[in-house]
Amino acid sequence: MPKRAVGVVYAMWLGEMLRFWRSKSRIVGALSTPFTFMLFLGPGLSSGFQFQGGGAVDISFFAPGFITMSVLFASLFAGGSIIWERESGILKEVLIAPVSRFFIALGKAAGGVTIALIQGIMVLIFAGLIGVHYVSGIGVLGGIIIMGLSSIGFIGVGVSLASRIESPEGFQMIMSFLAMPLVLLSGAFFPISDLPVWLKGLVYVNPLTYGVEALRWCLLGNSTIPVSLSIAVITLFAVAMLGIGGNLFGRIKV
Amino acid sequence: MLHAIETSGITKKFSEVTAVNNVNISIKQGELFGLLGPNGAGKTTLINMLSTMTVPSSGSARVWGFDVVADASLVRQSIGVVFQDITLDDRLTGRENLDLHGRLYGLGGRIRKQRIEEVLSLVELTDRADSLVKTYSGGMLRRLQIARGLIHRPHVLFLDEPTLGLDPQTRAHIWEYIMTLTKEGVTIVLTTHYLEEADHLCNRVAIIDRGEIVVIDTPKTLKSRLGGDVITLELEDSADIARLYAIYEHDGFATMVSRSSNEISMAVRDGESKIPRVLNLAYNAGISIHSVSLHKPALDDVFLYHTGRAIKDTDNSELQGLMRSRSHSMRR
Ligand SMILES: Nc1ncnc2c1ncn2[C@@H]1O[C@H](COP(=O)(O)OP(=O)(O)OP(=O)(O)O)[C@@H](O)[C@H]1O
Ligand SMILES: [Mg+2]
Repeated sequence: MPKRAVGVVYAMWLGEMLRFWRSKSRIVGALSTPFTFMLFLGPGLSSGFQFQGGGAVDISFFAPGFITMSVLFASLFAGGSIIWERESGILKEVLIAPVSRFFIALGKAAGGVTIALIQGIMVLIFAGLIGVHYVSGIGVLGGIIIMGLSSIGFIGVGVSLASRIESPEGFQMIMSFLAMPLVLLSGAFFPISDLPVWLKGLVYVNPLTYGVEALRWCLLGNSTIPVSLSIAVITLFAVAMLGIGGNLFGRIKV
Repeated sequence: MLHAIETSGITKKFSEVTAVNNVNISIKQGELFGLLGPNGAGKTTLINMLSTMTVPSSGSARVWGFDVVADASLVRQSIGVVFQDITLDDRLTGRENLDLHGRLYGLGGRIRKQRIEEVLSLVELTDRADSLVKTYSGGMLRRLQIARGLIHRPHVLFLDEPTLGLDPQTRAHIWEYIMTLTKEGVTIVLTTHYLEEADHLCNRVAIIDRGEIVVIDTPKTLKSRLGGDVITLELEDSADIARLYAIYEHDGFATMVSRSSNEISMAVRDGESKIPRVLNLAYNAGISIHSVSLHKPALDDVFLYHTGRAIKDTDNSELQGLMRSRSHSMRR
């Protein structure tokens, strides 16, 4: 049976990879946003911000934000894809196979994380090419782990929403209502040290904030929130969303 | 294990309809069992319950000896299902769809490859196997879907309208293979709109209407119960149907009288000698007849008699099926 389970997880993962590989337009679309923003807005934004105390914000400051943003979108999309698969009957075909839903969900999640990491790492490399300086190779490796943790959490969010929402249109609407505030209130594009109190509150309850902060610490060696706290929060977030998403997926009706 | 499938009072209620009502059937191992009924009769719902996709509202069923609710995963291990709707992934190629299915069912590499080639050549898709499913025609989609249901060689196979929308040649081909499967001992339950096929191939058929089993028997018995011959009249004016129907019912020479939108059929003994009388009755009532035909009872007549509908009237499901798969591929 364990061998069987590995086979199922692999089959689900393989399916995700094949679909990802086929949808080149989706990859280009997903990457063009962070690339364009970094190329044109990065330098423009950086001249507008100053840390209290006078330190200038350079393009490096934005790199973790853009990386996390592409991981976020890829993850929500991967989790949400089950809503289309339910619509088209593909999910029915998978769920009637004599395997536990747990391993099916695990395989899909593994596929989603892989895709999110591929996209995140491409942005990371791109940022390095246009002059962002990473502190160490170990830091970059740690950063990739952080990206993976954030990805798991947001795949869980995507799966949870997709399990409860009937229509793809509804899902898309909720996504656009959710994704933008998450990004804007995460400290991805501004330093969170000197915000008004009410805004700070919102930023600190946003799980994405901790993903960005932990990644910033790994890649650049500095962060506003202590790295141990960031890592603790995103790990907890990943575990919790995995549990909730897995549970809702287990009860999905096709 | 006595029966491959056994249901007892199985029932499914949706909010406003009872889709399947108190159905009791027993299907022997190796039997090829046909489930016939007009659109909305509850065929798909019954198959969904037997294949563990839908939980019954009441009653129970055992498939391959396992309870469909309590031992759902054991049931799933024993069955294969070819759904009425297209459930293929059109972003992948045909071969990839089959390969992922084989992996989900735990087939090892060598066997999987071999079976894939086997089923591909069965449905004559070998040369298109590496094209994206997106580019397949309606008939190709259905053929690939059948191929997929066969890869893992289940004990019990459910086929919901497997030959819908296929050309006669491919249909014959698929049926031939279905026959070899039953010879190998696979139990098959299928629904179809092609009654001649069900007639030739099914060991037994059940006619289901409005969620209830109306009759179960071998096609031969069902036909012979209608009597020796069937006379079918087509009227000039379909407004006269009810009146003429009542006349024949009342006269009592026919073992069974049934009607559809513009035809009246009656089962009689010694049909040739009854035709004059049949026409006389219509003539006396002032009802003009467009055409008369005499034939041996077919399953169509049985169906018409038991459901009051010709299965041709319900054939628009073919269209619906195609529209459904169309809208899916458009959405993606
Ligand atoms: N999920 C559902 N919710 C509500 N009603 C349903 C649902 N599924 C089926 N029904 C209803 O149950 C009845 C039986 O439907 P079913 O699909 O089983 O018929 P069928 O015999 O397969 O018809 P067809 O020949 O058109 O495929 C129909 O009245 C249908 O509207
Ligand atoms: Mg049906």
